[in-house]
Amino acid sequence: MFTDFVKENLDSDNLEKAPTRDGYGSGLLLAGQKNDRVVALCCDLTESTRTHKFAEQFPERFIQIGIAEQNMASVASGMAAMGKIPFIASYAMFSPGRSWEQVRTTIAYNDSNVKIIGAHAGISVGPDGATHQALEDIAIMRVIPNMVVIAPADVYETERAVLAASEYIGPVYIRLGRSATPVVTKPDSDFAIGKSYLAYDCGDDSSFIKKIGLISTGSLLSNALFAAEDMKKHNIGGSVLHLPTIKPLDTEGLLEFSSSHDLLVTLEEHQVAGGLGSVVSEFLSETKPTKIIKIGVKDRFGESGEPDELMSYFGLDVKGIVSTLQKSVGDLN
Amino acid sequence: MRYLTSEEIKALEYKANEIRESVIEMLVSAGSGHTAGSLDMADVFTLLYFGIMNHDPKNPDWEERDRLILSNGHICPVLYATLAHAGYFPIEELNTLRKFGSRLQGHPHRTALPGIETSSGPLGSGLSQAVGMSLAERIDNPYSSKMFYCLTGDGELNEGQIWEALMLAGKEKLNNLVVIIDRNGIQIDGYTKDVMPLEPLAEKLSAFNFDVQEVDGHNLRSLNDAIGKAQSVYSKPSVIIAHTISAKGVDDFERDYKWHGNPPGKGPEDRVKRSEQYEVALQKLKKLSEAIEL
Repeated sequence: MFTDFVKENLDSDNLEKAPTRDGYGSGLLLAGQKNDRVVALCCDLTESTRTHKFAEQFPERFIQIGIAEQNMASVASGMAAMGKIPFIASYAMFSPGRSWEQVRTTIAYNDSNVKIIGAHAGISVGPDGATHQALEDIAIMRVIPNMVVIAPADVYETERAVLAASEYIGPVYIRLGRSATPVVTKPDSDFAIGKSYLAYDCGDDSSFIKKIGLISTGSLLSNALFAAEDMKKHNIGGSVLHLPTIKPLDTEGLLEFSSSHDLLVTLEEHQVAGGLGSVVSEFLSETKPTKIIKIGVKDRFGESGEPDELMSYFGLDVKGIVSTLQKSVGDLN
Repeated sequence: MRYLTSEEIKALEYKANEIRESVIEMLVSAGSGHTAGSLDMADVFTLLYFGIMNHDPKNPDWEERDRLILSNGHICPVLYATLAHAGYFPIEELNTLRKFGSRLQGHPHRTALPGIETSSGPLGSGLSQAVGMSLAERIDNPYSSKMFYCLTGDGELNEGQIWEALMLAGKEKLNNLVVIIDRNGIQIDGYTKDVMPLEPLAEKLSAFNFDVQEVDGHNLRSLNDAIGKAQSVYSKPSVIIAHTISAKGVDDFERDYKWHGNPPGKGPEDRVKRSEQYEVALQKLKKLSEAIEL
């Protein structure tokens, strides 16, 4: 639970921030030090994806593929067939965007032990604009059988996710953002593939008119926490369930969380179609049909802008989330 | 490279013919599948599995084995037939091709059958995987003598990913990689020269920093020489353009692109009626085997 994080950082100007891709850089290095079968591949983006740290320390275990993402996916498959644990990194829009079929056939169908890192996912990519802002990657990856899909919340969780991925046997996809985002977890916080975490529990206060369950993935965790805290002002209780693993879904954790709230709201830096919101809706519609409001990008492309501007424009910042929550509660009455 | 005696050549020719017979049987039993490429690559497959490669049918995961990566997975009937004749699984199982529950999937599935190095079907990915395997081997043992044979189609060279892989292989100077192209001049919609011309192919491959050889894809001695030379090239990866006659072995089916994706019984009828295609194919192959004086 991250109640301390909220208390310490609400209204703070000194919020510690770091980009999740830094967690990939450090996690990959740690994984490589732990296991000499770990190799890294990159498509001409070593510094941006932070692969360069591994490449500098283990040059013989790093392959520079050049700008050829389809080749990278299948080369990794071949390396995995020889017993290596390949991590392949590029921007999510290109890998797995461009290489989706190769990922499906040569990695997932082959049951290859390849870890796919999709950097620059989400809106907060910023000025590069729509072509570089992957908003569909969760959707296209979760529908592939055999694929694990993870969106870690912050730099520390990313590092732990990368380590967990290196030990997991099977294909894994990890999506990372570009901008520095608030550091919520601690270096020794728990992370296990397939587990959800109750990040914030508003408890049972009789003054609450309604209780909202926020379900978030990726770096929106901090915004979800601040929004939940903010709702107290309006006598609305907000709890937050953090789902860093989108597939496999922690059905138990989700079911338990959903039972105690009047309304559920999912949050993702992704299209509302096919991502976290869809996963949650699909599962609950069969087990415990509930009204679910999906916060995310509503079926449109991103655009150029500063990360903060874009997050605000798309309603993904704290203000935007609070506004959506208030409206949703209003609609309930 | 090992010199092959006349007796060995004849034995290989006979075996290739047996494999062609199995290919025909399998395709007819399945009722669908790819005839032309499966027939025309029988000589290359026979030579590799029975004359050149270091492998153990009783131990398909033997780490020291040479690897054959079939990139144009649709010709899997000849891969399956060769593996069966080599002893990887019973020959009887060949008639389960494409059937529900079979280990012999319509396009190879790596985890389904021992001896298959990768799943393939969508063209263009096998070469990348062969490159990856060769790279991994080099990390573990730069002086390794394992060979990685990647078989591709010629229509398959239309796929951009092939050239991505070729570029990387050339950059990395993967001398344990030998690519063998089934240059049968056909693809689904027509002859390669009409659908997507490839010439000058040898020059293109050479420009990608490969050692290039062109050879008669049905002459075992020439193939053996070419592969032997490819094995000895140390500064570059190698590619062998194997000039083949599509559907080689059944002359009534040869050189017709319409035999690419149909089994005997469902092929074009301009030379042989569908009801006779199976019979004719077996007859032709029987005659060929009788002509080989063992």
